[in-house]
Amino acid sequence: MAAQITPLVMPKWGLEMREGTVAGWLVEEGARLEVGTPVVDVETDKISNAVEAPDPGLLRRKVARDGERLPVKALLGVLAEADVPDADIAAYIAAYEVPAADDEGEEAAPAYAWAEVDGIRVRYARRGPEGGVPVLFLHGYGGDLGNWLFNLDALAATAPVIALDLPGHGQSDARLPGTSLAELSAFVDAFLAQIGVDRVHVVGHSLGGAIGAQLALDHPQRVASLALINAAGLGAEINADYTRGFASAASRRELKPVVEQLFADPSLASRQMVDDLLKYKRMDGVGELLDALQGALFANGRQAETPGLRLAERDVPLLVVWGAQDRVIPVAHAGHAPPRATVQVLEGAGHMAMMEQAGEVNALLKRHIGA
Amino acid sequence: MARKISMKQAINEALDQEMTRDPSVILLGEDIVGGAGGNGERDAWGGVLGVTKGLYAKHGDRLLDTPLSESAYVGAAIGAAACGMRPVAELMFIDFMGVCFDQIYNQAAKFRYMFGGKAQTPVVIRTMVGAGFRAAAQHSQMLTPLFTHIPGLKVVCPSTPYDTKGLLIQAIRDNDPVIFCEHKNLYGFEGEVPEASYTIPFGEANVVREGKDVTLVSYGLMVHRALDAAAALARDRIEAEVIDLRTLSPLDLDTVLESVAKTGRLVCVDEANPRCSIAADISAQVAQQAFAALKGPIEMVTPPHAPVPFSPALEDLYLPGAAQIVAAVKRTLEGGRH
Repeated sequence: MAAQITPLVMPKWGLEMREGTVAGWLVEEGARLEVGTPVVDVETDKISNAVEAPDPGLLRRKVARDGERLPVKALLGVLAEADVPDADIAAYIAAYEVPAADDEGEEAAPAYAWAEVDGIRVRYARRGPEGGVPVLFLHGYGGDLGNWLFNLDALAATAPVIALDLPGHGQSDARLPGTSLAELSAFVDAFLAQIGVDRVHVVGHSLGGAIGAQLALDHPQRVASLALINAAGLGAEINADYTRGFASAASRRELKPVVEQLFADPSLASRQMVDDLLKYKRMDGVGELLDALQGALFANGRQAETPGLRLAERDVPLLVVWGAQDRVIPVAHAGHAPPRATVQVLEGAGHMAMMEQAGEVNALLKRHIGA
Repeated sequence: MARKISMKQAINEALDQEMTRDPSVILLGEDIVGGAGGNGERDAWGGVLGVTKGLYAKHGDRLLDTPLSESAYVGAAIGAAACGMRPVAELMFIDFMGVCFDQIYNQAAKFRYMFGGKAQTPVVIRTMVGAGFRAAAQHSQMLTPLFTHIPGLKVVCPSTPYDTKGLLIQAIRDNDPVIFCEHKNLYGFEGEVPEASYTIPFGEANVVREGKDVTLVSYGLMVHRALDAAAALARDRIEAEVIDLRTLSPLDLDTVLESVAKTGRLVCVDEANPRCSIAADISAQVAQQAFAALKGPIEMVTPPHAPVPFSPALEDLYLPGAAQIVAAVKRTLEGGRH
């Protein structure tokens, strides 16, 4: 009986998330939901996003009220078909308990791993099943593995996932192996060798996409498939106000309008997100290396390297995803991909398409890697 | 960032990393090594509360254990700074600063100005501030306003381990004299602190909680009391914005004004005595610059204009708590224009 009832629960977006606030229901009770239908908005200190329907069905009951602050996995609502009696729904809600022990298990297990590659210590996360070709996530300029908070767990349900903080980023050492895409992708190649992984599905965002494309050119044996999300390396233009602004912003006041350019909905640039970025930028050495990367790869609004345009030389399966409202790299670059690529432009997303349209992006990625 | 350390450890780590990075950084103070000159263990103590413990073993004679002579070693630190060193002098309690005032406000604070910008004095004077430690009237004061009064001095008073490490590294790298105030009741307070070195610029307040109904401005230990009050107010559906000034000179008045423009109400929470305090200063500046935005009277929450009592019961009453802050918020909400 319970198998016909699907709980809609408070999601866990990233390792630090413990609770979230219900910011507003997007559908009424009785509405028909498909997989991926946005159902309810949830806010955390770091981010706001919509919780999507995990299964098709009717929204039979809203359990959580607007404004309510609830722990991860708390029951938000209940999905079931029309033939499930109301009494069963009520019984399910009454019997639901928030699973708590799981959280302690996660606390006990090391959240992140560390590897030393070419003398640079890098942080990475590795999750999901043991077997299969892992999915490697490469974040963009100034980002870190937290950029994938809506994607890692979703993909880890079907395939092993690996996400690293690129050198000079996140909690990895504030040093670069070089500022060319060849040096950066050679570092990723060495990282994979170091952790004993031969072959990966590469998912790259922005600068990470350009690094992924370069990896496919220089180390093709590593790359089972390539997914480029709002990627650099597919054309010449890039918004210099963004790249220069990100490198030079020294205060919250300066950084906030820069970060807002990342999203179709600027309100997603939360205070916590800006604070976390400032904390990163204030680490010794980071300012200099952001300047160096910016100067080498994106000087004066021009991308110095375009490995994505040479991907026709390789027969690696290719997915190109772009947020239609990207204000950093023009969405027109999606059309520069080789003809065999699957190209998807997503409305309602800016440069951070994997955050703003997480459900869509996750579904595209799963299909792409054949999971 | 997962690593949590105490404020005391954050200070130790900042000093250690800057001494490692820059050989011109030296430490001076009473008992900062402990046992020097005697027959016992060389690194026995590390200061009266153990903040500098372990640094002597790594950096040796760049830590100078001084006699009980604040006027002498603070003067020596200022002179050394004028000659190219980056000394960090530890003056156990801010209450003892009186005996070396000429060195601080007539010399260190004036060099850059009087030598036409050709001299700089990159000295840091670390000192413990604040009440609640059962240490009586001569070891418990919050004398921050004495120093913000002097042009040429920078004054810092952090509230978290993260801010403490970044602000202390900034203080050491800064080319002006910095009075670095450490609340002794926050030494054991733990928080997430990155292992690598980083800085926090002076003159940037931190909005530690966002809200739309009232602005609470504070620094040091009182930030935590203001946060307690904000949590209590939230239960009554009053959303308080809490601003941690972090540095008192320079002062980030812009962040306060932006917040007051949004909330229309201001409560200043200050552990210093009320007359001519940080709270009085901010109240006056906001009244001058944002009068039109105010929807209610500005409130100040401070101790009484009295020395810190030695009686534990009285000392607990002396320090402002969340209840007084909540009461002040309700006064400004009720006494307001509609």
